[in-house]
Amino acid sequence: MTNGHPVLEAIDQTVEARRRPRMDVVYGWVSTVDHKKIGLMYIVYALIFLVIAGLQAMLMRIQLAVPNNHFVSPQVFNRLFTMHGTTMVFFVGMPILFGFGNYLVPLMIGARDMAFPRLNAFSFWISAFGGFLLYFSYLGGDGLYGAGSAPDVGWFAYAPLTAKVFSPGHSTDYWTLAILLSGIGSTGTAVNIVTTAMCMRCRGMKLSRMPLFVWLMVVSSGIVFVAVSPLTAAQIMLTIDRYLGGHFFDTQAGGSAVLWMHFFWIFGHPEVYVLVLPAFGFVNEIIPVFSRKAIFGYPAMVAASVGIGFISLSVWAHHMFTVGMGPAGNTFFVFATMVISVPTGIKIFNWLATLWGGKIIFKVPMMFCIAFLFQFLVAGLTGIMLSAAPFNWQLSASYFVVAHFHYVLVGAILTALFGAFYYWYPKVTGRLMSEGLGQWHFWLFIVGFHLTFDFMHVPGLLGMPRRIYTYEAGRGWEWWNLIVGIGALFQTAGILCFVWNMVRSYYRGEIAGHDPWDAWTLEWSTPSPPPSYNFAVEPTVFSRRPLWDLKHPEDQDVNYE
Amino acid sequence: MSSIPVSTQVDPTWRLPHRGVVGMACLIVAESAIFLIFVVAYIYYIGKSLSGPTPAQVLELPILGTICLLSSSITVHFAVSALRKAKVREATRGVAGTILLGAIFLMMTAREWYFLIHDVGLTIKTNLFGTTFYSLVGLHATHVVVGLIMLTVAFTLLLRGRVNERHAEKLEVLSLYWHFVDGVWVVVFLVVYVLGR
Amino acid sequence: MAQSSFRVADSGLLRSPTSIFDPAGTPAKSAFGLSMLILSVTLAIFLIVAGLLLYVVIRYRQRPTDSEREPPQIYGSTQIELSWTVIPILIVVMLFLSTTRVILETEAAPKPSNALDVIVIGHQYWWEYRYPKLGVVTANELHVPVSDPAKPTPTYLSLSSADTDHSFWVPRLAGKMDLIPNRLNTMWIDPQAAGLYLGQCAQYCGVQHAKMLLRVYAQSPEDFATWVEQQKKPVVQDFSGNAAAAEGQTVFMRNACINCHAIAGTVATGRFGPDLTHLASRDTIASGPVENTPANLRQWIADPNSIKPGVLMPSMHLNDHDLDVITAYLTTLH
Repeated sequence: MTNGHPVLEAIDQTVEARRRPRMDVVYGWVSTVDHKKIGLMYIVYALIFLVIAGLQAMLMRIQLAVPNNHFVSPQVFNRLFTMHGTTMVFFVGMPILFGFGNYLVPLMIGARDMAFPRLNAFSFWISAFGGFLLYFSYLGGDGLYGAGSAPDVGWFAYAPLTAKVFSPGHSTDYWTLAILLSGIGSTGTAVNIVTTAMCMRCRGMKLSRMPLFVWLMVVSSGIVFVAVSPLTAAQIMLTIDRYLGGHFFDTQAGGSAVLWMHFFWIFGHPEVYVLVLPAFGFVNEIIPVFSRKAIFGYPAMVAASVGIGFISLSVWAHHMFTVGMGPAGNTFFVFATMVISVPTGIKIFNWLATLWGGKIIFKVPMMFCIAFLFQFLVAGLTGIMLSAAPFNWQLSASYFVVAHFHYVLVGAILTALFGAFYYWYPKVTGRLMSEGLGQWHFWLFIVGFHLTFDFMHVPGLLGMPRRIYTYEAGRGWEWWNLIVGIGALFQTAGILCFVWNMVRSYYRGEIAGHDPWDAWTLEWSTPSPPPSYNFAVEPTVFSRRPLWDLKHPEDQDVNYE
Repeated sequence: MSSIPVSTQVDPTWRLPHRGVVGMACLIVAESAIFLIFVVAYIYYIGKSLSGPTPAQVLELPILGTICLLSSSITVHFAVSALRKAKVREATRGVAGTILLGAIFLMMTAREWYFLIHDVGLTIKTNLFGTTFYSLVGLHATHVVVGLIMLTVAFTLLLRGRVNERHAEKLEVLSLYWHFVDGVWVVVFLVVYVLGR
Repeated sequence: MAQSSFRVADSGLLRSPTSIFDPAGTPAKSAFGLSMLILSVTLAIFLIVAGLLLYVVIRYRQRPTDSEREPPQIYGSTQIELSWTVIPILIVVMLFLSTTRVILETEAAPKPSNALDVIVIGHQYWWEYRYPKLGVVTANELHVPVSDPAKPTPTYLSLSSADTDHSFWVPRLAGKMDLIPNRLNTMWIDPQAAGLYLGQCAQYCGVQHAKMLLRVYAQSPEDFATWVEQQKKPVVQDFSGNAAAAEGQTVFMRNACINCHAIAGTVATGRFGPDLTHLASRDTIASGPVENTPANLRQWIADPNSIKPGVLMPSMHLNDHDLDVITAYLTTLH
């Protein structure tokens, strides 16, 4: 590996190699403003919560595996699904994607850090504190001396269940405050990512040359401004209700329960796109590299992403087809929701066209991306079913919906994330993850995923509502729930392989070098792991694939743009 | 195999927007969404209170406060353009004027609240009007307070001579925030005191 | 309208008393018809796209015989991209129009003059039914007349809630509709065959959301009229020959039972819990989870939490004798 500036690299390595006292290391991480360290902290933090919320899911599946089960009480079950949902959305999904965004955006645009490094650290710690607060509710939410404990209002916490009358004690307050803090942190990071992409790009990197992952992080962050803020506002209102005796959602004083639903879903639906767009970004980076072709239709991909961003703001009430909005409202939201499948379809077809005529290399990251394509297709199609209001009157709040959104969150987002882990792990640690363990991880996880979430659709079609802690025999739900539970075991085994692979590869993995995948974006031009200043000399680019130009001087991208 | 693409020729036209301005613009978008939700809640609950008092009975048009707050946008603009021309003294005066006008606005709000709470007995608990009114106006007033704190910091630095024309961009970012707070007041004024009364 | 001649519901593992593929009323049938259309369109899309994906990953996989050269780079094609923008738009428009038709059919259907009105009030964790024109009040078990498709006699439900949000869902009759405090929603059902239709609350409403079950009894017009007559009859106050029931009534009226429960013609007028006037005419207690037998009733009164943990009805800590006589009294409430 040649580098234009071996001296700088050597200096940096001596600094890193010296052993430092343990407290200095801790202090270094706590006080860091380096986007890579903050990104890693986000990711590790999210992985810890992923394990916790995953265990909660396992407990729920054990409870539901057989009818009339007494494994957990209804109170405990309600806390489990509330904590599982809240944790997965706010303390796994958001931080893990922001973690990748933090780590990769400056590297991909050839910058040395984020636009506001200190805001970045602040955003991370405030989100982290939110997660801590949520789990502190197990102790603080009257758990030690009262009847309550963790919040049990569900992750969308419909009013008036959250009112003091129906949720006495403090568990709901912990929920509200945790989300309020996480919202502040998310907004801070989103501001940072957009500003970084707008103001910190290296020379020559016009917006039309920005890697698609960065584009998608920008769109996703843009949605955060306009979607997370309504949630923050609604949480402030709920806090006013609970602490100051306000009446925003107090139905006894004329308040409206439906208003909360609107405010929540104005956040809640775009939130899905906040989470899925970065996942699209991963796929946009990985698929071209492993099919050895440029992405098909870059401008269409950008346009579709921005289009999805805008349309996603006008579809929220398809979560509310059963609250009695009347034919006019229902029809509008049916239309808006169905329309969003158009830009989404464009993306899927563009990915297929990228694969078409390529030379597809089935390394683990690519396998996850192919699985992503398949599963995202299914998730999109069940989404179309749910968008048709009369069909939705049957399906909403049933296990069909639960299966559908897990297909998006696990089948699309988590699957793409696994691909991203295998793809960028060598950049972050300098070592490749094991392909063999990766194969085990992939197959166990995919088999488990399909056992769980394919079959979870069925009890919904047979009338099983979500959020019930038990059910009676004879409704035709038993076998389906048992299979779903068995699938969860496979997924757990897959995740164990993944965690073991990460730990093992950190010490024993093959040394990766700068560019193990023969890739094209700027992050692969620096050493692995990148030095704290990222680039010894600020790069200049002339096309979307700067490293392609370098490797193929005879056929440069710049000629085709 | 790969190395950092470095160009020897430097492109002099390569300029990107100032990050403070972009960051503040993003923040303003996010804050607008928060205010939008509170405004929607206010409008939705107009006339839905189950008991009195109603806005028409108790609200007075806050003319003086509005004039003060809106003119403070002019003074802060004046301060920024003065600093850009390195006229530190005039900039200091502009910032001081802004702080003064903002403080008068806050005092008017305080007087209004004192009247409502003490004389009328309308609190955030009384009815939906009380809840939405104090929340919306209070949220705006909180933003004014935050702005005043930041302006006071800028003022102190100006007095100590720690500010020069190189900091004009930073003061401009602060002024953007202040203009935003003023803009929100126009909306709040129209919704609460015109539409809602 | 796709008739249920296509009997998905009969195929073994998909058999369920609450299957949406076994509709028995007009709203459920039109949703079923629409679902069949959408399922076939999405299935076709799935087969095409998944087939393409499969073809691509097999056809273009890297082979050991491949040359070292990179494949030709293709950056896009406006024509192709336009085609896969326009075709989905056409499909969306088609689906949207057929969906709108069903929305209007269900939500904007004119209400016939012979429709039966029922007020449904959701409570944590039970259902209150009031028949304003018939003067009947009951709980948890909804009785409605069968509706002949040739001469429909639908039942219009006015839905509201006394506390948190609930949702009324009997999958074989209609899609769900939420019960929201401070708001009135309406829906209609028209069961076309006599029988019992099951369902349950579909909006998380608190601890015992799981055991807030729904039972809709569709009866022939004659049976329904008989049921109404029986429900309107004043409750029997003559306990001659049944000393236990007589004593049970006294104990019942002396205890806090009457704060929450109503029994017409007595001092018990509470509305927080179900109306017990004709309790013994019901098949189940506790909103569905257990049968209405004296033993279950006794256990329910002794310790409601043993049947429905988290239920709002408190245990009254009655002694065995009082439990026996109250049970004896309640079983006389036909």
